[in-house]
Amino acid sequence: MKILVTVKRVPDVETQLKPNAEGTDFVRDNIKWVVNPFDEIAIEEALRVKEKNAGSEVVLVSIGPKTAQEQLRTGLAMGADRAILVVADENLESLAVAKVIAKLVEQEKPEIVLMGKQAVDYDMGAAGQMLAELLGWPQATFASKVELGGGEAKVTREVDGGLETVACPLPAIVTADLRLNEPRYASLPGIMKARKKELKEIPVADLGIATAPKAKIVKLETPPKRQAGKKVGTVQELVQLLHDEAKVI
Amino acid sequence: MSNVLVVAEHLHGKFPKTTLIAIAAGKALAGKTGGKAIAAVLGTGVDGLAAELASYGVDVVAVEGAQFEHYLADAYTGALAEILGSKGCATALATSTALGKDLMPRLAARLDAAFVADVSGIESADTFIRPMWAGNLFATVKVEGTPRVLTIRGTAFDAATKGGQGAVEKASVGAAGKMKFVEFLETKSDRPVLTEASIVCSGGRGLKSGDNFKTVLEPLCDALGAAMGASRAAVDAGFVPNDLQVGQTGKVVAPALYFAVGISGAIQHLAGMKDSKVIVAINKDEEAPIFQVADYGLVGDLFKAVPELTEEVKKLKAG
Repeated sequence: MKILVTVKRVPDVETQLKPNAEGTDFVRDNIKWVVNPFDEIAIEEALRVKEKNAGSEVVLVSIGPKTAQEQLRTGLAMGADRAILVVADENLESLAVAKVIAKLVEQEKPEIVLMGKQAVDYDMGAAGQMLAELLGWPQATFASKVELGGGEAKVTREVDGGLETVACPLPAIVTADLRLNEPRYASLPGIMKARKKELKEIPVADLGIATAPKAKIVKLETPPKRQAGKKVGTVQELVQLLHDEAKVI
Repeated sequence: MSNVLVVAEHLHGKFPKTTLIAIAAGKALAGKTGGKAIAAVLGTGVDGLAAELASYGVDVVAVEGAQFEHYLADAYTGALAEILGSKGCATALATSTALGKDLMPRLAARLDAAFVADVSGIESADTFIRPMWAGNLFATVKVEGTPRVLTIRGTAFDAATKGGQGAVEKASVGAAGKMKFVEFLETKSDRPVLTEASIVCSGGRGLKSGDNFKTVLEPLCDALGAAMGASRAAVDAGFVPNDLQVGQTGKVVAPALYFAVGISGAIQHLAGMKDSKVIVAINKDEEAPIFQVADYGLVGDLFKAVPELTEEVKKLKAG
């Protein structure tokens, strides 16, 4: 089985991001960059599928600056077989990302595309669903369990009020939620091997896809900080304040 | 082409508050686009639901069909795309529920539309405010051209109230998809729904076990008439089901009163609750970041403080 997994380079989640002077994006200098946490889960799931299905291949895809090689190498060190980096200087919006990946899917012909349910930088949570529509494939987002067999993916999804299971005939798109698995760490031999694995770069312009944004950030701000209130000494004092001062109980 | 299509999500023959919020946001936006809000309801036996929607003063398109009995992204996308075209809608929106988040990006791709996720403010017909980076940045986004597809942050808009009478139109739609519904395992609870409650009590890793959620936190929830929530750490540890998770990647809530019990206050948790009106933190670690956003902080052992709090609340209610 051939599995395509998307990998986004994002700032480490503990980073305090600051708006740039123009207010059109966040400042990208002096930041620690990591694999988007949900994409790590997607990579892990792909590796588990590969381990169960002999002859499988896991292909990673990233769209971003040349430095996104680092994140692809991380995925290769975890155990993916090869990687493709679509080099784009500008940050592409979700629909453009989906169009680029759709093009690669046409070339690579995977049976399943595993993605993170959202990238934690822009928090859009859209590329997977958009890719599914562009390809005319079923989609199973927010996956907490994936069973492959009989030409379909049976996926348990984390939805409001419980867990929903849907059946998607392959090929299909699955986006990973937190509880899908616990991603492995790259082993030292894995890291050594990753250096020799294929990492192909394609300039985004070569794909002939219109990537101009349909929506633009015109202002970016940090919200006003909530002020710390008071510490109370006892439960009685707390209840009294909630009743008399805050008037919420 | 200036009408706004609102996706009216329903469960067990009722509209959750999140749907009423979408209607209000749809009306507000239609006021700016110079059109009207039109609500779409899909399913089986939707006549009653359609009539109820119309009583909020919006026109309604009711789509009856066995393929819409359960929500499935591909069939719903096809149906909504048809309705958008036939009703002169340049904009479609839904609240950022699990359904809204799953459906609307797909619809945007179908229409080759601009998509804006999790809108927390409507500046004008084409300019919206949205949080990113776990709510630590707010972006004002200007959309070029139409169509436009949005999801709306439920905590940022009030629910629509009844008034006026819209027209109901039954539409027959041919769309069908490849996906199949298998089952829905619903979390049963007598407590208020997390995204609708005026008081939320959330527990974190500090509660140490699922049993402690039942014996320590649940009595407090019941005394207050509160919904129960949890941090990602507590959900990851298997203490409580995933649908209780409050945070960047879980539910976003903004109740009048929020209790964070045994929750340290990771950035991604704060993203889901920091717009609450009053925040109370109970934690034994006085350095915990949650105290930096709490209006009232109690440093202490939650296993002692929470039962005491439950008793005090009961006394107050009885008095």
